[in-house]
Amino acid sequence: MKTDSRLEKVFASGNLAVTSEAGPPRGADPEKVKEKAKHLDGYVDGVNITDNQTAMVRMSSMAASVIVKQMGMDPILQMVARDRNRLAIQADILGAYSLGINTMLCLSGDHPKFGDHPTASGVYDIDSVQMVQCVRKMRDEGKFQGGADITKPPKMFIGAAANPFADPFELRVLRLAKKARAGADFVQTQCIFNLDKFEEYMKMVCDMGLDEQIHVMAGITPMKSAGMAKYMKNKVPGMDVPDEVIKRIEGVPKADQAKEGVTMAVEFIERLKECKGVHGFHIMAIEWEEQVPEIVERAGLYPRPEL
Amino acid sequence: MGNFEPEIVGLCCHYCAYTAADMAGSKRISYPSNVKIIRVPCTGKVDAIHLMKALEKGADGVFVAGCLEGDCHFKNGNTRAAKRVVYVKNYIESLGFEPERVAMYNISAGMGERFAQIAGEFTEQIKALGPNPVKNIKSNHQAAGQ
Amino acid sequence: MITAEQKPIEEIIEYIAPYDRILLVGCNECVTVCAAGGRKEVGLLASALHLHSLKQGKTVDIKEITLERQCDPEYVEELVSLIDSADAILSMACGCGVQTIAGRYKDKPVYPAVNTKFMGASESQGIWAERCKGCGDCLLGVTGGVCPVARCSKQLMNGPCGGTSNGQCEISPDTDCAWRLIWERLKALGMEKRYIEVMVAKDWRPAGGGGPRRIVREDLT
Repeated sequence: MKTDSRLEKVFASGNLAVTSEAGPPRGADPEKVKEKAKHLDGYVDGVNITDNQTAMVRMSSMAASVIVKQMGMDPILQMVARDRNRLAIQADILGAYSLGINTMLCLSGDHPKFGDHPTASGVYDIDSVQMVQCVRKMRDEGKFQGGADITKPPKMFIGAAANPFADPFELRVLRLAKKARAGADFVQTQCIFNLDKFEEYMKMVCDMGLDEQIHVMAGITPMKSAGMAKYMKNKVPGMDVPDEVIKRIEGVPKADQAKEGVTMAVEFIERLKECKGVHGFHIMAIEWEEQVPEIVERAGLYPRPEL
Repeated sequence: MGNFEPEIVGLCCHYCAYTAADMAGSKRISYPSNVKIIRVPCTGKVDAIHLMKALEKGADGVFVAGCLEGDCHFKNGNTRAAKRVVYVKNYIESLGFEPERVAMYNISAGMGERFAQIAGEFTEQIKALGPNPVKNIKSNHQAAGQ
Repeated sequence: MITAEQKPIEEIIEYIAPYDRILLVGCNECVTVCAAGGRKEVGLLASALHLHSLKQGKTVDIKEITLERQCDPEYVEELVSLIDSADAILSMACGCGVQTIAGRYKDKPVYPAVNTKFMGASESQGIWAERCKGCGDCLLGVTGGVCPVARCSKQLMNGPCGGTSNGQCEISPDTDCAWRLIWERLKALGMEKRYIEVMVAKDWRPAGGGGPRRIVREDLT
């Protein structure tokens, strides 16, 4: 084992891993973090704590991760290259690890243009791949990015994101290969709605032998309504929502659309359980954390393994 | 203000508007004598500075008259001129002048009557706006010996 | 070239409001090519300022001159004979020109009339786009002649982010995804293998991270 991460242990045990996420509040109330996280307690192996997601200011991911850790759960600290240079990134990793956080996700971060501080300058000192490289060097070589020794190296289980759907498609697998090569242990994918395309992607992943190098967690998002499905199709960059998905949600009365969305999510998981190279599921129920337990149970992923 | 007779500069393309003006004259179609015509080889030759200088020197209005769209003798001089007119309209507006003091028209060489109509309409438009505010200042300064 | 755009006229007017005699100085280099501060634009701005002051019931004395290169002390010296007859200088050059004037004529206020934008190239008539950030360590040789530092909105060094849509950047449909362009070039050149190499964290010192930059050529000094 490289780390004490629960997620690493689940992968090592051969079980399908389950993660979900909780966005910290736009305020300083720790109860808000707890409220969201408690829905997930016992149902997941890790909770992503987002880092100023969609470039909107929120409670720091590190602070919220610590709150979640104190609840006895397993936070996955998200960190974006948009808001920190390499000094701040490494400092935060040391700090997070000292507070018991052992799993993280390295991201570029949404562009400031889309957030509530569009006048901000993005940092982008290093990119997500370089961040992965940096965290691995800290862990495996006990060295800072600049080369100096670390007295007590942080042992982080390293994650990254993958979008199988943004174009150019052929580059998507190579980008995953690059993240694996840089040292990522696992990736969580963008929400999957186009299963055929995802399976095609996974076939390429396996053909390159990447499934042996990196754990791919398939991103699952239950649709709350037809409106949300259309919004994701048309407004979210790099999202692939096939028309059948929208039609299916539209096909049921408005009051039942959320239920249908959950059923679809469960079906997606059932189908992708059979997909070679998929080692777990990342369930992103956006502002709908309370729905996660039902999905996990109905998809046959409950109870989580005792390790 | 009632007997305000504006001074108007019309920058007219040799291949169309200028000929149209000429035709209006020879056909005895009258148009306001307020319009002073300057012949240009193509409205594409008209730059923003020419429109600005006309206003700066006291013209109450300036128009550019070029060939019909697609008929420019030099392919696209008239469309370039139209863009510059828009640019100058915005520029003078930011300086506190009415953008209507500048205009672009497209006509063909055979449209003598249309030319007279344009000249009449534009003159009325400028009359409604009143004198270029620059003009009084200039004449005051001149009167004061500046 | 270095590109620039004229400042809002209101801002320029505010700068020069206290002065009666203005020396308006253009530059015959980059800002001429990008139609922001050459002889033509000097004339246009002078005319605009005249119009404005006349409307206020005043006259302003504006001397127009366009130097060969405002970022070069040799040419800025040409202003010596005019400087005493001006209360302030309004420069239409890029920030380099403005500062060269400020450095030479220490007791004369100098104001910028343009916003210096970026190092770019002309895409077509009237359209300029950023191409170089002057990072001081050119990597175009390994990225197929397309710069991720200047042309990727997130300065990503290892491939496109997840926001690429129809080959365009998520920030604007008018912006090409730099990594899509890089990939297309590498493919066309048969250099796809280059992509898989992880590009390590960039040394930003040559890019200005080491403080203001200078070039000293001993053979020329």
